[in-house]
Amino acid sequence: MSIETGQISDVDASLAVAMTGITKQFSGVLANDDVSFDVRAGEVHALLGENGAGKSTLSNVLSGLYHPDAGTIHIAGRRVELSSPRDAIACGIGMVHQHFHPVPTFTVAENIVLGEKRPFRRKETEERIRALGEEFGLPVDPAAKVWQLSVGEQQRVEILKALERQATVLILGEPTAVLTPQESETLFATLRSMARAGRSVVFISHKLDEVMAVSDRVTVLRDGRNVGTVETATTSPRELAHLMVGREVVFSADDHANRPVIDRERVVLRTVDLHADDSRGRPAVRGVDLSVCAGEIVAVCGVSGNGQRELAETICGTRARTRGEVFIDGVATTGRDPREAIEMGVAHIPEDRLHTGLAASASVEHNLVLKSYRRPPMSKGPLLQHRAIRKNAHELIDRFGVKTPGADTSTRLLSGGNVQKVLLARELSGNPHVLVAASPTRGLDVGAIETVRGLLLDAARRGMGVLLITEDLEEAISLSDRIVVMFAGTLAGSVDRDSADITEIGLLMGGNR
Amino acid sequence: MIRLERRASFPKWLGWVIPIASIAAALVAGALLILVSGNDPLTTYSRILDRAFASGEALSATLIAATPLLFTGLAAAAAFKMGVFNIGGQGQFVIGTVTAAWTGLMWGDSLGKAVIPLMILAGVLGGALWAAIAGVLRAWLNTNEIITTLMLNYIAANLASWLIFNSRSYWRLLSGSGLQFPQGRRLPEGSDWPDLSLGSLVLPCGLLIGTAVAVGCWALYRHTRFGFEVAIISDSPEAAAYAGMRTKRKVLAVIALSGGLAGLGGAADVGNFRHVLDPKGLNQSGYGYAGIVIAALARLNPIAVVFVAVLMGGLSNAGRSLQGPDFPAGLVGTLQGMVLFFALGGEVLARYRIRRTVRIPEGVAV
Repeated sequence: MSIETGQISDVDASLAVAMTGITKQFSGVLANDDVSFDVRAGEVHALLGENGAGKSTLSNVLSGLYHPDAGTIHIAGRRVELSSPRDAIACGIGMVHQHFHPVPTFTVAENIVLGEKRPFRRKETEERIRALGEEFGLPVDPAAKVWQLSVGEQQRVEILKALERQATVLILGEPTAVLTPQESETLFATLRSMARAGRSVVFISHKLDEVMAVSDRVTVLRDGRNVGTVETATTSPRELAHLMVGREVVFSADDHANRPVIDRERVVLRTVDLHADDSRGRPAVRGVDLSVCAGEIVAVCGVSGNGQRELAETICGTRARTRGEVFIDGVATTGRDPREAIEMGVAHIPEDRLHTGLAASASVEHNLVLKSYRRPPMSKGPLLQHRAIRKNAHELIDRFGVKTPGADTSTRLLSGGNVQKVLLARELSGNPHVLVAASPTRGLDVGAIETVRGLLLDAARRGMGVLLITEDLEEAISLSDRIVVMFAGTLAGSVDRDSADITEIGLLMGGNR
Repeated sequence: MIRLERRASFPKWLGWVIPIASIAAALVAGALLILVSGNDPLTTYSRILDRAFASGEALSATLIAATPLLFTGLAAAAAFKMGVFNIGGQGQFVIGTVTAAWTGLMWGDSLGKAVIPLMILAGVLGGALWAAIAGVLRAWLNTNEIITTLMLNYIAANLASWLIFNSRSYWRLLSGSGLQFPQGRRLPEGSDWPDLSLGSLVLPCGLLIGTAVAVGCWALYRHTRFGFEVAIISDSPEAAAYAGMRTKRKVLAVIALSGGLAGLGGAADVGNFRHVLDPKGLNQSGYGYAGIVIAALARLNPIAVVFVAVLMGGLSNAGRSLQGPDFPAGLVGTLQGMVLFFALGGEVLARYRIRRTVRIPEGVAV
């Protein structure tokens, strides 16, 4: 595991990182195809691309997790061979993953030095971390236990961990996925101050607005290739989106013609004083009164963990309510049985699509009848009608444009966007009254997001009431007719989209009324 | 670094190639062992083949040995299909013999052959109810069924022993030689299951019933709503509950079905072969545990269970009849163990491919 090969080369020594001709193949798929990518000292360089574009492969090559099939890496002008993350850390490259796993019962300081070989001196370490935090604007109490911290604070701990290991190049994988808009702003300020101090930041994202807000330069990957590196100051979100997808993208619902007509007379979903506990038995939904009319899209915004998930599950009958009532198209539910909700016309796109919404290993055609297999024509008496199931699959695959090798392909082999299409195809094909969609576009790429949003609008246009649960404020504003904010299990405010102010909603999401 | 990478897809031909290759690999490894023990592998194997399949009598004895294995294999496959690990085939089999023997003793004289369907019913019910204890615990209290079914095996074994050795039960022979040595009462002739003779080949009635049941199981899992639900629940219980399936009832139903199949095996054992409640023989047989091996080798396919059961029955039949000074006594057991070992190894290769690469951490956006 030699780190340096000692070669002196003609690479510009002022570049913090220079990756040249990186190629990496996984079982026949080119994840990176001759990608060249460089990072200057003191810049925030965004790595933008759809899911599967090769962003994380490239960053994993740089952080020593993958060894490229071809290509070279220079760090501060010296050619290096990174054969493990340890090598990368020794070269000053620190990685902060999207999902990090700190030890919850350890203190911040203990988590940061975890894995280091030198003896642990608590006082000294805590002082050092406190100083480091102040230097970079990452305030965190080194003596606090990690479980007491918010996700945003935990992320700071991860960043500090990289800084403590003398990282001069910091790679952040989708860092804002877990943050509120305010927390994201704070993070951006931190990243910029780090860049000012001469360190380099590689910021991986598929969100255009963030990339525009934080970076100095942007490299766009598409299908494993570098399709362009541009100065942020000279580009626009539209140009970046075009680079990313390779075609023009329709951005928001405003661009869609004829918005759904709301039938105010017909309330398809109403909850009255709804209460429910989370999986650990603590109150999660605490008195929610909500109504959705036919043709209306109501967005429930909130930082995850404020009861939105439980609210959706309670409406759909997969979680028992402890108090309150739910009416579907005017009829009260008993709320103890998902089957009841399905039969009353509640469709549900759960947050965890591939494990709750779908049976991952089952075929596409079976997933498409997951809720209708009980009735003719999918079954007659106890017997399945394989032919009808196959026919149904072909129809829905066609109608919703699902890209799959076949109807009998295992669903987990599809891309994220197509998984979501399978789910939407099934849920919408039942012609429900209400569609409860939890983070339906999370983790999808720009093209798929566009499709999913189009389908939601289409559902509303056909007279469904849509309850959209999302953390993405822009999505809420562009899609919904009304936005309610959920905080600590209650609805903290309701705003019409025309008067929606992103700052105000952000503050409500953070619990500031 | 070498690591295992999950295969994206599972080609159909692998489903056939892997068990056959596993058995071949086990035979090769077994040959080395025989060589080390100072015997000639080819002669040894040909003797096994002779005694297991070569003549009508040999094949008949093999089919007799295969019959209980067929049922316990089906029982294990039925439960494992849903990811419910019923290790209790042995106990359910034993309870099946107890209930079927009771039925035979009770009505074998008065009803004649008409008692056979009753014995079948009694065996199925006995096994199913015994398994349902673990099923209820698993479905509603989320108790680990591996532990409960395993423990129920010991209870069943001791219960059967108690009936013959420690009590004056209905099953026990309390006259004649039964006074000197504790033993079960012979079931009336009327309750003996018939065999089907084809020349020198004798097909036990239980084997025919078992084959029909295997086809039934295949159709149940392939063509019914119940089978669909089982497949979805085994894949993702969350998705099944979300789609409105009654997952708890289904868990209970599958464990009871599995237990019923094992219990039917018990009924066939007592009706077809033993004609007496024989706790000692049953407890030494290990049918239930062998069934788990058979189900695994058959990749949980009920039709394949029939063939694997005959193969394993052949091995144990040959092992029994060849045992002697010139034939290593433990050889057949060792061979069976090797077949399982290689089959499990093959299973890993079926699901994963070996790659030289570096670890991929979870939770990284691609």
